[in-house]
Amino acid sequence: MTNHWRDIKHADMILINGANPAEAHPVGFQWFVKAKLDPTKGPGSGGGAKIIHADPRYTRTSALADKYLRIRTGTDVAYFGGLINYVLQNNLYHDEYVKNYTNASFIVNKDFTFTDGLFSGYNKDARTYAINTWAYQTEGDPLGGAPTGTTQAKAKRDMTLQDPQTVFQLLKKHYSRYTPEMVESISGIPKADFLEVAKMVGEMGRPDKVMTIVYAVGLTHHTTGGQLIRSGALLQLLLGNMGRPGGGMNAERGHANIQGNTDHAISWEILPGYLRIPAPGQKNLDEYVAASAPKKSDPNSWNFFGTNYKNFMVSLLKGWYGSTATASNEYAFDFIPKPAVNSSWMSIYDQALKGKMEGVILSGMTATSIGPDSNQVLQALSNLKWLVIMDSLPTTSSEFWRAPGMDSAKINTEVFLLPMTHWIEKDGSFVNSGRWMQWKEQVLPPEGESRHDHWALADIYDRVKTLYKQQGGKFPEPMMALTLDYKDPKKPELDEIAKEINGKDLTTGKQMATFANLKSDGTTTAGDWIYTGSYTEDGNLSKRRNGIADPQKNDPTGMGFYPQWAWSWPLNRRVMYNRASADLNGKPWDAKRPGIQWDGSRWQGDVPDYPATMDPKDPAAWLPFIMNGEGVGRLFSNSMGDGPFPEHYEPVESPIDNPLHPANSADPVAFLYDQAAGRPNRFGKADQFPYVATSYRLTEHEHYVTQHVPLLVGLQPQAFVEVPEELAAEKGIKNGDRVRVSSMRGKLEVAALVTKRLGPVTLAGNKKTYTIGIPIHWGFVGVSAEQNPKLSQYWLANALTPFVGDVGARTPEFKAFLVNIEKL
Amino acid sequence: MTELTRRQLLKVGAGSAGLALVPFKNPLGFDLRAAKKIQMDFRIAGAKEVHSLCPYCAVGCALIAYTKESGGKTQLLQIEGDPDSPVNEGRLCPKGATAMQLATSARRVGKPMYRAPGSTKWEEKSWDFMLDKIAQNIKASRDNTFVAKDANGNTVNRTEGIAFAGGAAFSSEEGYFATKVMRTLGVVHIEQQARV
Repeated sequence: MTNHWRDIKHADMILINGANPAEAHPVGFQWFVKAKLDPTKGPGSGGGAKIIHADPRYTRTSALADKYLRIRTGTDVAYFGGLINYVLQNNLYHDEYVKNYTNASFIVNKDFTFTDGLFSGYNKDARTYAINTWAYQTEGDPLGGAPTGTTQAKAKRDMTLQDPQTVFQLLKKHYSRYTPEMVESISGIPKADFLEVAKMVGEMGRPDKVMTIVYAVGLTHHTTGGQLIRSGALLQLLLGNMGRPGGGMNAERGHANIQGNTDHAISWEILPGYLRIPAPGQKNLDEYVAASAPKKSDPNSWNFFGTNYKNFMVSLLKGWYGSTATASNEYAFDFIPKPAVNSSWMSIYDQALKGKMEGVILSGMTATSIGPDSNQVLQALSNLKWLVIMDSLPTTSSEFWRAPGMDSAKINTEVFLLPMTHWIEKDGSFVNSGRWMQWKEQVLPPEGESRHDHWALADIYDRVKTLYKQQGGKFPEPMMALTLDYKDPKKPELDEIAKEINGKDLTTGKQMATFANLKSDGTTTAGDWIYTGSYTEDGNLSKRRNGIADPQKNDPTGMGFYPQWAWSWPLNRRVMYNRASADLNGKPWDAKRPGIQWDGSRWQGDVPDYPATMDPKDPAAWLPFIMNGEGVGRLFSNSMGDGPFPEHYEPVESPIDNPLHPANSADPVAFLYDQAAGRPNRFGKADQFPYVATSYRLTEHEHYVTQHVPLLVGLQPQAFVEVPEELAAEKGIKNGDRVRVSSMRGKLEVAALVTKRLGPVTLAGNKKTYTIGIPIHWGFVGVSAEQNPKLSQYWLANALTPFVGDVGARTPEFKAFLVNIEKL
Repeated sequence: MTELTRRQLLKVGAGSAGLALVPFKNPLGFDLRAAKKIQMDFRIAGAKEVHSLCPYCAVGCALIAYTKESGGKTQLLQIEGDPDSPVNEGRLCPKGATAMQLATSARRVGKPMYRAPGSTKWEEKSWDFMLDKIAQNIKASRDNTFVAKDANGNTVNRTEGIAFAGGAAFSSEEGYFATKVMRTLGVVHIEQQARV
C-alpha cells in the first residue's frame, strides 16, 4: 500500500478491483465502511464516500458498495482504460498535478509506435520486446552532479502538452480506443453503468476530492497482472491522487508477513530493500549500479534511490561479509550469486520438471496446493532428490508422495518434515499491508520438539559450513566470510537481527538513524536500507504501542498516522510520495486532509518524503517524486516488459478474441513455461471448455493452514464451486449436487453451490459468458479431507490452473481460465 | 453516559466496582453485559497480558493473549483483539477470533519425520539425524550444480539446483536471515507467497 488501512477512511471515493475486502480482509474493511457511513463526519472528512466494486461475483463487498459492476475477470485494464479515456476526453484530470507531478510533458522517441496490439520493438520468435524506442527525446550531455551510472541526458519537455510526441498526447491517443462501447464489449459492463461510474470518478480530479484504489490478487494473478495494476495507477496520477491521504494505490496483502518478507527479499530478483539482484556480466559495483539504478533525467530530479544505490548496496555487503568486504574486492560483490534466467516460483518447478532441480526447501508454503497446475507440480516434486518441509502442521507438500493417485513406492524423493514453531511461539515483527512494522512478543514456549525456523536454518547452515571446512568443495569463501554477529550464532535472537537490519555506523558503533547517512566507503552497514531508522539508539521502534486510547497525544495531526504506534517504512512515513499531497507552493490540495505542508520554514505533518527544510518555491527545489529518475510520476514507463502503456490483452485461455486486436489477442510476451521448455502447451479452447473460471478465498479460511482448525472447518467444511443459477438450470445442476469441473490440466469433483451472486456477462456484442467461482482452500490434507477420504480425492483447486506467467512479475493466471462443468 | 470501550470496561471491572455503571438490561431484567464481563473476568483473572499479532491476512490486527503459568507450563487462556490498535481497534474476523485453536492445535507435527526414497511411510527421527542429512544433501546438490563462471566467462557463483521457498508467516527477521544465508549458499531460486 502507498497508504495504510486507517487512511482509507479519508477517501471520497473507493474503487475496489480484484478484491473482496469485506470477506478477505474483514477487519480492514471497517475503514471503508467508516469512509462511507461515519455519521459524525461529512463528505471529505470520513463520511459520505462512495464505494464502487467491480468484480465478477457479487460479494459482501458489493453489498456495501454504492455501485456494483459485474466485470469479466481479467479485463480491468479495459475498465481503467475506459476511465482514463473518459477523464482525458472530458478534461477532468487534475491539470496542475498532471503538468508538474507526472511525465505528461515529456517528449517520447519518434520511433515509438503501437500498431494492432503490438508496441514497437516486438520479436515474435523470442516473444520479447526490444525497448530502445520506449524512451524520451533528450538534449545535451548527461546531467552532472550524480554518481556514476545514475544519470542521463535531460529529457525534453513541452509544458503546454501540445507536442504530438508528448506522453500526454500519446496517452490520449492510446486510450481513445477505450470507448464506453469497447469497455462493454471487453468487460461486459453495460455502457450506461460504466458511464454512471465514469462521471463519479471524473469528479475526483478536483483538487479538493480524493479517491483511493484498493486491489488484491484479483488484479495480480493474471498474465497481465503488472499492467492491470499500472492502469489503476495511471488513473490515480491523472486525477492527482497519488501521495495524498485518502488516495493512492493500495494492495491488500494476503499473508501476515508477505510484505516484510518481500521487503527482505525472499524473492529471486531482489536483494533486501528492492535492490536488484546482480546479473551476469556486471563485473563490479559501478557496472551493477549503472544497470540497476534509476537515471536522473531532469536537473530538478533528486533521483534519491539512484543517487544512493551504491551506498545501500555497499552497506548491505559490508553488513553481510564484514572485514572480508573491502574496497579492493568491490565489497565482495562476487559473493552475490547472479542468476542466468528468471528463477521465480513457477521456474522452480519448471526446472524440477527438466530434471535440473535437486532439492527444494519449503517453509510454511505448500507447492502442491499453491500450484499452478498442481498435477504438474506433483510430478515436479517427484523429480527431486530431496525435499525439506519446515512447518508446524502437515501440508499437501509434506504428504505429496501419498497424494491420491501417487504411487509412493515409485517416488524417490527423500522427504524431511521438520516440526517448526508457530508464530505465537516466537517474537519478531510482522509488516502489514500498510507497511507498518509491528512487533509481537513470544506468547508460548515452543511446543514439544518444535524449533524456530531461523534456528533450524542457522543450525543447517552451520553444519553445511562445517562440511565445507572438513571436506572442501565449491567456492566456500562466502560461507566463511558471512557475519553471524549474534550471542549464539546457532540461535540468533530476532531482536539482534532487527538491530542488524537497521545497520550501524562502524566508525562510532552507533545505530544508524536514517538511510540518508549510509555510505559507499565501507563505514556503514544496513541489512535492508528501507528499515534503517527502525532500530536506532532509542531501541526497536516497532515495539511502540501508543495507540488509540489517547488520540490527542498519539495522533497529533488528527490524520490517523499514529506515528508512535509501531514503525512504518520508510522512516516512519505513513503515506508514501507525500510531497505530492501539496501543491507547488507547499499548500495541501485539500486543507481538510493534509499530508504534509510547508509552513514557511519546514514541512509539517507526516514524515515528509522530501528534505524537511527545502523551500518548494526555490527554483532548485526537487521535483515531487524523489525515487525515480524523472522526479515525477510516470504515465509512460519502460520498466514493464509488455509495454509503456497498459493495454488490454485477453487471458491465455479466453472465451473471445480480443475486440481491440483479434490478431494479437493475448499478451504477446506472457511467459509460456511449457512451450519455452519444449513441453506441449496445455491450453483449452472455448469449444471444449466454454466457461470462464476464477478462484478466490472465503472469510473462514486462509489458504490451506486453516484446514487444521476445527472451528473454521466447521464453518466451511467442504470443497465447493459456485455456479450461476441460469447455467445450473441449463445443466440440471441443483444446489448441493456433486459436479466435475475440468480444465485442460485437471479436474475438481466437489459440491455445487448454485447462486445468484454469479451471473452472465455479454461480451463482444452478443456472446453470453458464464463464470464459475472456485474457492481455493481444500486438498487432501486437513480435518475435512481426513474425514472424507473418498470425497476429497479431487479437491485441489489449482489442479485446474494454467502454468503461465506475467512477463515481469511471473504471477500465474489463477484468476482467469477456461473450464467445463458437468453433473456427476 | 458515554459508551465504555472494552478496555475501560475491563479496567473498571478490575476494581470490581464497575457493575453499577453498566446501564444495559434485557427485558427480563438480567444485566447481560455485567454477566458477560464477570464470565470474562473469571477466564482471564490473574492472567498475564502478552501482545501478539494475527497470523492470517496482512491487515495486521493486534492481539492480546492471556496466559497463566501452572505446573511449570504456560497455558494460553484467551486471545482477543487489542483495543488500542489503530489498525483493528480490538476487532477480529472469524479467523483471528479462532487463532487460539491454531495456537494450541492438537494436530501439530510432534517430531521430525523422515520419508526415505521409495518408502510408503514416515519414520520418526532425531533432529540431529535430520539436520545432518539435510546439510549433506545441501552440500552435495550445491557442489553438483554450482556454476562459478558462465559460458561467457562471467563470474556468477550460483547454485542452480537448490530452491528455497517460504516465509510469509516468518517474522521479518527470520525472513531476512533466510535471505542472507541462502544467497550466501549461492541459491538463486528464492521465493515466497508474493506472486502466488
